[in-house]
Amino acid sequence: MPHRTFLAFIWPSLLAMILFIAVPIVSVAYQSFFVEHQQVMTEVESCGPFGCKSEMRVDAAAMAELRSESPMGRFNGLGTYTNASHLAFDEVGAAWRGSDSLGEFIRQVMNLPFYKALIFTLSYTFIVTPLVIVLGFFIAIAVNTVSARLKGPVIFFSLLPMIVTPLIGALVLFWMIDARGVIGATLQAVFNDPQLSLKASPTLTWVTLFVYGVWHSAPFAFVVFYAGLQTVPQDTLESAMVDGASRWERIRFVTIPYLMPLATFIALMQLMDNFRVFEPIIGFSAEANASSLSHMIYTDLRSGDFPLFGSAAASSMLTILGVIILLFPVLIRTWRDFGRKA
Amino acid sequence: MNKFLMASVATAALIGGPGAAMAECGIEQGSVRILSNDFAALRVVADAAQSCASDTVTVTKNQTSEHKNIQVPALTTNPANYTVAMIATNSVTPLLTGGLVRPLDEYVEKWGQDLQESQLIRVDGQIMAIAFMANAEHLFYREDVLAENDIAVPTSYEEVLAAAQKLRDEGVIENPLAVAYQSGWYIAAAFVNTYLGTGAELFKPGTAEPDIQNENAIKTLETMKELSSFMTTDFITLDTNSLRPMWEAGDTAMQISWGSTTGEYISESSSVPDVARATKFAAAPTIDGNSIPSAALWWDGFVIAKNISDEDAEASFRAMMVGISPDTVQENPEAAVWLVKGYETTPAAVGVAANLEGGARPYPMLPYMGLLHTALGDNLAEFMQGQESAEQALADATAAYMVAARESGFID
Repeated sequence: MPHRTFLAFIWPSLLAMILFIAVPIVSVAYQSFFVEHQQVMTEVESCGPFGCKSEMRVDAAAMAELRSESPMGRFNGLGTYTNASHLAFDEVGAAWRGSDSLGEFIRQVMNLPFYKALIFTLSYTFIVTPLVIVLGFFIAIAVNTVSARLKGPVIFFSLLPMIVTPLIGALVLFWMIDARGVIGATLQAVFNDPQLSLKASPTLTWVTLFVYGVWHSAPFAFVVFYAGLQTVPQDTLESAMVDGASRWERIRFVTIPYLMPLATFIALMQLMDNFRVFEPIIGFSAEANASSLSHMIYTDLRSGDFPLFGSAAASSMLTILGVIILLFPVLIRTWRDFGRKA
Repeated sequence: MNKFLMASVATAALIGGPGAAMAECGIEQGSVRILSNDFAALRVVADAAQSCASDTVTVTKNQTSEHKNIQVPALTTNPANYTVAMIATNSVTPLLTGGLVRPLDEYVEKWGQDLQESQLIRVDGQIMAIAFMANAEHLFYREDVLAENDIAVPTSYEEVLAAAQKLRDEGVIENPLAVAYQSGWYIAAAFVNTYLGTGAELFKPGTAEPDIQNENAIKTLETMKELSSFMTTDFITLDTNSLRPMWEAGDTAMQISWGSTTGEYISESSSVPDVARATKFAAAPTIDGNSIPSAALWWDGFVIAKNISDEDAEASFRAMMVGISPDTVQENPEAAVWLVKGYETTPAAVGVAANLEGGARPYPMLPYMGLLHTALGDNLAEFMQGQESAEQALADATAAYMVAARESGFID
C-alpha cells in the first residue's frame, strides 16, 4: 500500500487515539510533577454553637491570586513519585539500614502504602489470571458437549457473572459472606468456629477477592474459548480418534495447541484488567485488608476535602508503567511471531 | 413531547402546590437551588424551604450523600450551580478555604429575626454560615436488657466494657456492642470522638503539624480495640447504616451511634416495637477517668454561595429562614436536635443534649482536619485487627497525613 493511501485510511483513528489516549496521558504525566501552592494561613477567631476558638484559616483571596499566577501549582519534580505514599525511597532506605533480617525489612516495606497496594495488585493479577483461563477453558469444553437443546440456557447461566454489574455482584457476595449471611454462617457451622469471619481476616479477605475475581472473569474466558472450539478442525480430531486417542488426549494434543493463541489473547486482556482491580475492594469493604493501585488513585481523589491531583496522577503513571512491564513478555512474543510470519 | 409534558406537570406541581405559602415567605423573585446531604432532618428543612416556591420563585433541591464531593466544583462555577449548600462542621471548611461562600451579616440583620446568637458561625468577625442543628455520636442502650441483668447505664468506657463482659459471661448476648468501625471515614470518626474525650489536641497549636503520637492516642486506640472484642467479628466493615438492623434484630444491647439516627431507632412505626420502646440514649462514655463525654460535637447548617446574583442570594437566605423557622421545628421536633429558638429536648435528643451538657468538644473546624481524618481512616484498621502495634498505626497515619498535607501546601 502506498504511504499516502495508508495515511488516508489511518488518520481518523490516529487522530482519535492522540486526542483520547495520548493527550490525557501526557496531561496526567504533567500534572504529576506539580503540587498545590503553599497555603497562606492566618489565625482567626471563629465562633459557633459550641463556643469560640482561635483557629487557622486559609486566606482564600491570597490563594486565588497565587493560583491565577501559576494555575498548575508548585513544581515538585519527581517529589510526588518518591514520597512516602508512593515509591518511598527514603523509607525503604531507612528500613534497609534499620532492619537486621530480610524478613524484618520486607515487613517494614510492606507496611508502606504503595508496596502494600502493589503486592495485592500483583497477587491478584497472577492468581486470578491463570485460574480464569483454566476455569474458562473447562467450562467451554463442558458446555460444548451439552446437547443442543440445553446449550442456550446453559450458556446464558454461565455468562451471568459477567452480565451482573461488578459492584452489584461484589455486594451480593459481600452480604452472603457476612457472619450472619448464608455463606458466612454456614462456614462458621461447618468449621465450628463462631469467630470465623471472611471479612476480618486478611488472608481470607484476599481469598474471597480472588474467588470473586475468578467468578466474575471466567465467563469472559469461557466465551472466547467456546467460540474457538467451534472452529477446531474436525478432521484432525477424527484422525486422532482413528489413532486411538482418548478424549483427554484429543484435548491435550489437538484442542489446546489449536486454542493457544486465544489463551494468549485472554491472558493479555486479563492481565490488564486484573492489574486495575478496583470494584471488589469497594464492594467487599475490603479496604482494611487489601488495597490496589487503582484504589490508591480513588482514595487520593475522593476521600479528603481536597483531591490530591498530584498523588493521583503519580499513581496513575506508576500503574501505566506497571501494565507496560507486565505486558512486555507477551508483546515481545507477539512481535516475534509477527516477524516469523513476515 | 413526553418529556415536555412531564416537565410542565412537574413545574405546575412545584409552583401550584403551596400557593398559600407564598405570602408567608414574601420573596418577590429569585432562584433557590439547594444542595445538601440526605437525612431526615435535612429533608424537613429542604421541604419547608420548598414551600416558598411561587410563580416568580423557583426552589429546587438535590439531596445526596455525595454532596461533599460535588459542593466545591458546583460552587466554583460562576454562576454557581447551587445557591445554598447545607453543610456540617467538616464540610464547611473546603468551601471557606476556597472562598466560595458569602458573608451573611447583611441578610441576618434584615431577615434573621428568628435566629439566635448561638446559631451564627462567625469567622474572623463575619457571619459565614447559619447552624440549625447539632449532632454527635452517643450511647444507645437497651433499657430492658441492662435492667434485667442489673447493670446501671454506663457513663465511662470502663463501665461499658464491664457491662459487655457481664452480658457475655451470663450468656445473654455474646457480642453486645457495636460501633461503626468501618475502615475509612467511620473508624477515623470513632478515633476522633474518643481522642477528644481525653482532652488532648489533634494538632500542635497554631500549626498544621499533627500531634497524635502520644499517650492519649495510644489509650484511645487500646480502648477501641477492647471495645471491638465485644463486637461481631466483622466489625471492621460496619458503617452507621449497618448498625440499626443489628439493633432491631436484638444482636446488640449497646451501640455508639449518631444522634441524627435516634428518631428511626425509637420510631413508633418500627418493625420491632418492643425493641424501639426499650431503646434509650445517654451521653457518650468518658475515657480514662476524664469527665467529658468522648464525642465530637457537630453542627449542621447552611451557607450561601458567593458566585450568584444578590437577588438569588437574598431569595435563598429568606427561603432557608423559612426552612429552619421555629414553626418548622415545632412541627418536626423529633427530626433533630435543633438549635432553633423555641426547641425543647425530645426523647430522641437526650443523647446529644447530654453530650452538650457534659462539655463534649466540637469537631475541629480546621482546613487540614479532613486530611488527618483520611489519614487516620486509612491506617487504623491494621491495629484494630491485631496486625500491628498502636505506635506503628499512629506513625503510619502521621506519615500519610504529612505527605497529603505537604502536597496540599499546609506544611512546608
